[in-house]
Amino acid sequence: MSNNIPWWSSEVFWKKMAVWVTAFMFVVLILLTVDTIPQISVGSERVPAYSVINKHVGYEFNDARNFQVPVIGGDAPLFGKMLSEEEAEALVTHGKKVTQGRNCMGCHTLLGNGSYFAPDLTKAWLDPAWSSEAERESMMITFLMDPQANARSFGSGRTMPDLKITEEEARAVIAFLKWMSTIDTNGFPYNFTVIDKEG
Amino acid sequence: MSVANLNGGQQLAVKYFTVAVVLFVAQILFGLLSGIQYLAPDFLQGLLNFSMTRTLHIDAMVVWMLYGFIGSVYWLLEEESEVAVVGLKLGNLAFWVLTAAVTVVVLVFLFIQTGPGDDFTRWFINEGREYIEAPRWADIGIVVCMLIFFYNVSATFMKGKWSGIAGVLTLDLVALAGIYLAGMFYTTNVSVDQFWWWWVIHLWVEATWEVLVGCIMAWGLMKTLNVDRKIVTTWLYIEVALMFGSGILGLGHHYFWIGTPEYWLTIGGFFSALEPIPLVAMVVHAVYDSGVRHMKGNNNPALAWLIAHAFGNFFGAGVWGFMHTLPQINLYTHGTQWSASHGHLAFFGAYATIIIAVFYIAAQYVRGQSSLGAGLPDGGWKWKWALGLLNLGVVGMTVALLISGYEQSFIERAVGGSTWMGYFAAQIHPWFVQGMEWRMVFGLVTAAGIVLLVWDLLTIGKGQKSGATVRAQTA
Repeated sequence: MSNNIPWWSSEVFWKKMAVWVTAFMFVVLILLTVDTIPQISVGSERVPAYSVINKHVGYEFNDARNFQVPVIGGDAPLFGKMLSEEEAEALVTHGKKVTQGRNCMGCHTLLGNGSYFAPDLTKAWLDPAWSSEAERESMMITFLMDPQANARSFGSGRTMPDLKITEEEARAVIAFLKWMSTIDTNGFPYNFTVIDKEG
Repeated sequence: MSVANLNGGQQLAVKYFTVAVVLFVAQILFGLLSGIQYLAPDFLQGLLNFSMTRTLHIDAMVVWMLYGFIGSVYWLLEEESEVAVVGLKLGNLAFWVLTAAVTVVVLVFLFIQTGPGDDFTRWFINEGREYIEAPRWADIGIVVCMLIFFYNVSATFMKGKWSGIAGVLTLDLVALAGIYLAGMFYTTNVSVDQFWWWWVIHLWVEATWEVLVGCIMAWGLMKTLNVDRKIVTTWLYIEVALMFGSGILGLGHHYFWIGTPEYWLTIGGFFSALEPIPLVAMVVHAVYDSGVRHMKGNNNPALAWLIAHAFGNFFGAGVWGFMHTLPQINLYTHGTQWSASHGHLAFFGAYATIIIAVFYIAAQYVRGQSSLGAGLPDGGWKWKWALGLLNLGVVGMTVALLISGYEQSFIERAVGGSTWMGYFAAQIHPWFVQGMEWRMVFGLVTAAGIVLLVWDLLTIGKGQKSGATVRAQTA
């Protein structure tokens, strides 16, 4: 092998490149993280406060951004009860913990992440599967508490197993789902049909 | 099996490899169950639901690969540093603690499965976050064991000889252990939750794990082909620069739709599109080195698996990842069988293959052979068929899942408006179902491959002619 190794293929050059590129990219990632975290904190424009579950939630086409975005409307308290910020946070927190404890991500996706054996839950609150806004809350409770008897498998034969979800847990899960549907997800899911807005 | 010819690190490595193989088999078994549940949804429902078979399928994979990596590092540690492993007793203890923890977690997943929505469930039953479902107590155990592992590696290199591989490996392990901490906290804010969760998943799988296999590849090429150290080290630095140069900000392709700002569409799209480049470098490197040596190595199965790794990594992680990494297409493919297709080829191609290569290098030493492959009494049909069946099985599953994924992104996403009805319209479509059926067929091919692989690993080299004779014949 020749001893005249050009600088661009020398071990020393690439060692320095490896160190500097890695360090630089990591610093950029840290800076972006510092910028992103406040923008996705609860109460920000993109991720609303938990008390948003007191409001009506829509998902409407935004001409400027060219995709659907969550639209927070007037008062529409979940289960007919206005909650304080603390009460709403406690309820949504319980709901999120139930979804983790029952391993929901083992079948479903949240914000598109998880498994693909059951529907995505990002906009589950807005799904036309719940018949109408008037019937939605009670249908969701009944379904979660006994998903076998109230199976919604759309001809697939696939049913949600009975996870022994209590009524209290079901209400908490629904609060979590309603809150999650208000997150600005850059238009995901795209072309979504919203409950009571079909046709 | 005799471990008497092995050094201390290698004896510990064999323990890790043994558990890795057991978990590899478990991964495929639970994968088969998950596959059946797609075709017959009532199968095992109520007893072992899809959520658990799938969790066990994925977690068994993550853990066997970690065991494979840890074992590989212990395997090369004494040869690379030229001293005995520092703190080996502690390393052995960590192995038993980690293995006991893994066993308990698996038993809890099998028999308790889920729990109420409280902190106890998250600490002791199931954390319910994909890939890192292991409860918090196990996380802490894993971190402690990883610290002991890191101590063994860094202290051994510090006492002995540093090399380029040693330096990259040590720094990579710092990142690997540190990043795991990003997944060890609870938050109700699902956007923040997934933001940090991807630090663990992406920065492990698409950055630190890739660099780790780069180190193993560099060492493997020196071992099997006697490639010059200066060449593998230079390539390793090039790979690190390209891998971290693209992969760290490539993290952004997971930040398109989780609530994070729109600038991530540009950053994530751009840098993740560059992620295949280091994988091309790895292919060129491996194929060139093999070519100039006329594929003549001292361990044919290991060399074959290293080549399978180079191509599998490029196609599985690189091409299959690139296909749906730009936000313009990912909007339709995110959370569909596209991801499953990519996942199957990428994890197999990038990681399973190279760990299997190290298993074969270990088998050569355990059986006391100076070479493996050329003089096998049965002509080596077992390793060749295992290689063929496993690769065919995984590629077949990948293509089948991709077809289902295409159909799902069109029918559910583009046409069906992404609702539950759209989802199920796609799931019952014949094109989707056919994909799932073919996935099952190729899953069984993969299972046949693993049976042969295990049989071969347990027997290869046992009745081989003496190493010296074989070496003289092949020279």
